[in-house]
Parts: sequence; structure tokens; C-alpha cells
Amino acid sequence: MGMDRREFIRIAGLSTLLGLGGKGAFELLAPGRVEAEIVPEAAALKAKRWAMVVNQKKLDDATAQKCIEACNRVHNVPDFLHPPSDKLKLPAAVAHRYQIKWIWTAPFHNVFPGDEQPYLPEEVEHMSFLTLCNHCNNPPCVRVCPTKATFQREDGIVMMDMHRCIGCRFCMAGCPYGSRSFNWRDPRPYIKKLYPGYPTREIGVVEKCTFCAERLAQGLEPACVEAARGALIFGDLADEKSEVRESLRKYFTIRRKTQLGTNPQVYYIV
Amino acid sequence: MLEKALIGTKRYYGLLAILAGVFALGFLFYLKQLHLGLGITGMSRDVSWGFYIAQFTYLVGVAASAVMVVLPYYLHNYKAFGRVTILGEFLAVAAVTMCVVFITVDLGRPDRIFNVLKYPTPGSVLFWDMIVLNGYLILNLLIGWNVLECERHSVPPPKWLKPFIYLSIPWAVSIHTVTAFLYAGLPGRGYWLTAIMAPRFLSSAFAAGPSLLILLCLLVRKYTKFDPGKEQIQSLAKIVTYAILINVFFFFCEVFTVFYSQIPDHMLHFQYLFFGLDGKHQLVPFMWFAIVGMTAAGLFLTNPKLRKDETTLAALCGLVIITTYIDKGLGLISGGFIPNPLEQVTEYWPTVPEALITLGVWAMGFLILTVLYKIAVSIKEEVKS
Repeated sequence: MGMDRREFIRIAGLSTLLGLGGKGAFELLAPGRVEAEIVPEAAALKAKRWAMVVNQKKLDDATAQKCIEACNRVHNVPDFLHPPSDKLKLPAAVAHRYQIKWIWTAPFHNVFPGDEQPYLPEEVEHMSFLTLCNHCNNPPCVRVCPTKATFQREDGIVMMDMHRCIGCRFCMAGCPYGSRSFNWRDPRPYIKKLYPGYPTREIGVVEKCTFCAERLAQGLEPACVEAARGALIFGDLADEKSEVRESLRKYFTIRRKTQLGTNPQVYYIV
Repeated sequence: MLEKALIGTKRYYGLLAILAGVFALGFLFYLKQLHLGLGITGMSRDVSWGFYIAQFTYLVGVAASAVMVVLPYYLHNYKAFGRVTILGEFLAVAAVTMCVVFITVDLGRPDRIFNVLKYPTPGSVLFWDMIVLNGYLILNLLIGWNVLECERHSVPPPKWLKPFIYLSIPWAVSIHTVTAFLYAGLPGRGYWLTAIMAPRFLSSAFAAGPSLLILLCLLVRKYTKFDPGKEQIQSLAKIVTYAILINVFFFFCEVFTVFYSQIPDHMLHFQYLFFGLDGKHQLVPFMWFAIVGMTAAGLFLTNPKLRKDETTLAALCGLVIITTYIDKGLGLISGGFIPNPLEQVTEYWPTVPEALITLGVWAMGFLILTVLYKIAVSIKEEVKS
């Protein structure tokens, strides 16, 4: 079979193009692993479905504060309300706008709007409820994200890839729990003490609680759970012998805004 | 045809210079925003979208309204609109460009904007919004440019253009529908969670867009030798009248559902906007002005005398533009975020840098509009002589 030079070049060129384009297109449309996925170590804590139970009966204000501090410390969460130096002090309204909150407390009527009772027991009335990302089974934030920068892992954790996030803040509009924060300005000067085990953030990206995915990968419990002295229970919802399931069997629990169909995975014992 | 944009009167150059200056000022502040972050705006953890996204939403409507001149001309063979379709299409081009720029300036990380293409996510409405907006921009440029070129050479537009023209009609509806879906599909935001959001967007768009077009037609007539025509303006005025009245009707449908059902999640936002909440009531006078003004404009426009007199018509069109702008530009976005999901009230007001960046984008849009209109009008004058 004869083939002149021109035809050879034509066929070779076409197949190269096809090969390149084909492979590129394939990789684009079917990415194997999400880039930010954390590859677990052998000692990692694993579960089919992570969930948390907040036992408000055991959680006094001081403990709640400890949980918040533990989280802020190991995640380099900046504090705009109480900056490390006076020079960095911001007007109260501005500091309020910039706030980054992964886990914080609020009264019952704010955490459970629509579920207020006219005559709550006094202790509940004055209780500070811990609020954080609910790691919903059906997360609206993941649904709306245009780049999959926020995504759900197989174990249920709603993760955040801060290197992919374009800062459109659609997820903040989508979250019905106000659990997401945006870096309105450079957070680094407002970090009290830099924690080397977790990356700091740049301006323009969204962040939130990740159930301490980075600690689970090292075989550690979430920082807040560790600090809570038993008031926070963390475990596998799919494992009926887990502590989480035991608590759910034993106590009546409530969840936030279940009527929205998000299926939140943080349960409260009140 | 571009050469037509290069030769003009002193006034034309002056206008371009002013617009370019305002644009440059906005751009300087944008550089500051790139450096310091979106913290230089008034947005917050609670009100995480503000002025930029509001402008974007309003301008999608202005862009979509081009269909109000395209549809009667091409589908109903309403010949009179042949004179103004190009003005509608070029207005759409300028408006969509502004939309795209407003989304970009609102991004925390504009350097990563192409992640939307790199990791296409059809489940996100924003992904579709990107597609419909860019598609609409290309369609209007393609159609407007080709039709104008053919007009210049006194030949009918090529046959291959027809499918694109027909496609542009549902496409116009789609851009505003998809934009409404950005808001209307979010579970925790009672103010936006309404099936009537897209229809409301369209009705206010078809009032505001043609109103702007009427004002632009009057300006074109005053400052150039091209007259868009009395009949054309009157037909547009009728469109504005119906659209604004439907918009008011939709608003009261919303008010009924919200206040008769008395579901707090939905009611609180209206209470904040129209009466204030927790002692915070920054937007109350604006919202009342918007709804009363909109209703009044609609009623006045039904009076043929007021509509036919071009001075009162222009004033009423101005009122429609302002009131729909307040409704969509100030109320819609803030109102959706206030109160926040924990029913706390953080108010929002744009900062000076934010307002100047916004103004810069508008100047850029009007710069594009001026150049495109200059080309269109020059061709029309050329053909006439």
C-alpha cells in the first residue's frame, strides 16, 4: 500500500489532534478524584455517615466557649472583634461584617426559628446553643456551587476546596443555617496565634466547618468534640453500635429547620 | 461599519471622554478592591450579595426587554418596529456586557473565573446563567450587526440569520428566567422562595427596558438626524403600560400570599422592607416610594393623553425606571438577606468605593452603548440621504 508524504502528514496530524482533544475532553468531563480530597492515613477515623449530637444538657457556657476556642485555634480562624493588636482595631459595625464563624453560640429562638415555644423552661431560654455546619445529607450549598468547590464526601462531610472557590458566594445564599463565612479582607493579621497544622486563607474565598476532616484523617476527633468533655458526641450514624446512635436511641433530639428537606446531621438534646 | 464610531461631532467625543473618565475612576477603585478584598464594600457575612448583584439582576431585565421590539417585528410583522429593533438589540448588547462585568467584579477570586468552565457543574443555576448570558450577547451582536450591514447596502438580511433571530426570542425570556432561578430555588430564603419570581422579573424587565428605550429614542431624535418615529415610541409606551401594571399586580399577588398565610419566614422580609424590623428600617422610605410610584406610573400611563404627550411620557418612563430599580436594585437583594437565617438583622448599604465601581461599570456600558448607537444612527442617516 503506497502512501505519499502529504497523506501521511495529514493522517498523523489528525490522529494527534484527536488523541490530544479526546484525552483532554475525557479528563475534563470525568475527573477521577476531587483535587482537595484528603487521602486518609491508615490510622484515620472512618465512617459511612458522620454525625454529631450536641448534648445541650451537658454543655455549659464555659464548655461551649472552650469548643469554639479549640476550633478557632486549630483552623486559624481570625478574630475581627478582638484583634491581636490595637492598631488593627476595626469599627464595631465593620468587624461584625467581616466575621468568620465556624462554630458559635446563639439563643434558642435564633438557632431554631419557627420552633419557639411561648413558655420555654428558663434554663432553655437562657441556654447558648452551639451552631455549626450541619453537614446536611442534602446540602443546598453543594447544589448551587458552580465549580464543585464545595462538595460532599462519601462519608457525608460537606467539604470546601478553598483553592477552587471563585468567591461567588452562591453557597452563602444557599445555606439556610448561616454556617458559611467569606474572607472579606486578608484574615492573616487577625489570627491570634498561627497554628502550623492548618492552612490560613486568602481574601475572596468562602470557608466553614469541615467536621475537622484533616484531624479525622490523622485519627483524631474533631477539635470541638475533644474540648467538649462529653457534651458533643461524634460518630458513625450508619453504625448502630456507635455512640451517636446510642444517644439518638436514648434521648429525644431535634434538628434545625428539618422542614427544608436538607436533612441536617447535627442533632440536639435539649 | 466600525469606522462610523471614529468620526463624530465634538459633543460625541465629549460624551465618550466623560464616560471613559468615570470608567477609569471606577477601575482605579476596582484595583483597590482586588488588593484589599470585597471588604471595601458594604457587604457582610449576613448580606453577602449587594449592589453589584443587584445591578446585574436589573440589567438582565433591560437586556431581555430587547425582545419587546424584536418579537412584534419578526413574529407579527409589525413593520414600524423595523426602525428601532437595532436600538433594542444594541441596548441588549450593552446591558448584557454590564451584567457579565458586574458578576466579575462581585467575585472574590476573579482570577479563577474560568473554573466555571474548567469544572462545569450543570446542577448549579449559575453555570446556566453564564451560558444564557454569553449566548444572548453573541446572538444580539450577530443579529444586530448583520441586519444593520444589510440595511446599509439596501439588501435583505441573509436567510441563515433567520433561525438566530427566532432563537433570540425565547433566549431573551430564558436569561431573565434563569436569573430569577438563582434566587427562587434557595430553601432558606423566604423572600425569594416564590414561583412568581421569574414572572415578576419579566414583567418589571418589560416595563423598565422599553422605558429606557423610549428615553433613548427621544435622545436620538433630539441629537441626531435619525427619528425613531412617533408611532414606534407610542407602541413602546403601550408595552410599558401593560408591563408595569402586570408587575404591580404580581407584587400584590405576592403580598396576599405572604400576609394572608402569615408564615413568618416569608413575612419577616416584607416587614423589614416596608415597616422595619428590630428597629432597623433603612429601606422603608425607598420601598414605599417604589411601590406607590410604580402604581401611580402605571395608572397615569393608562391615560392616553398623558401617554401621547411625549414630555409626560418621558417623565413617567423615568419614574418606571427609578421605581423598578429600587425594587430590584435595593429591595430584592437586601430584602432576601434580611433577616438572616438566624432571624437577626444586619443592614446593608453600599460604600463609596462600591458605588464608584458600580458607576464605573455603568459608564463602561454606556460607552459601549454610545459607540453602538453612533454606528447605528450614522448608518440610518447614510441610508436616508
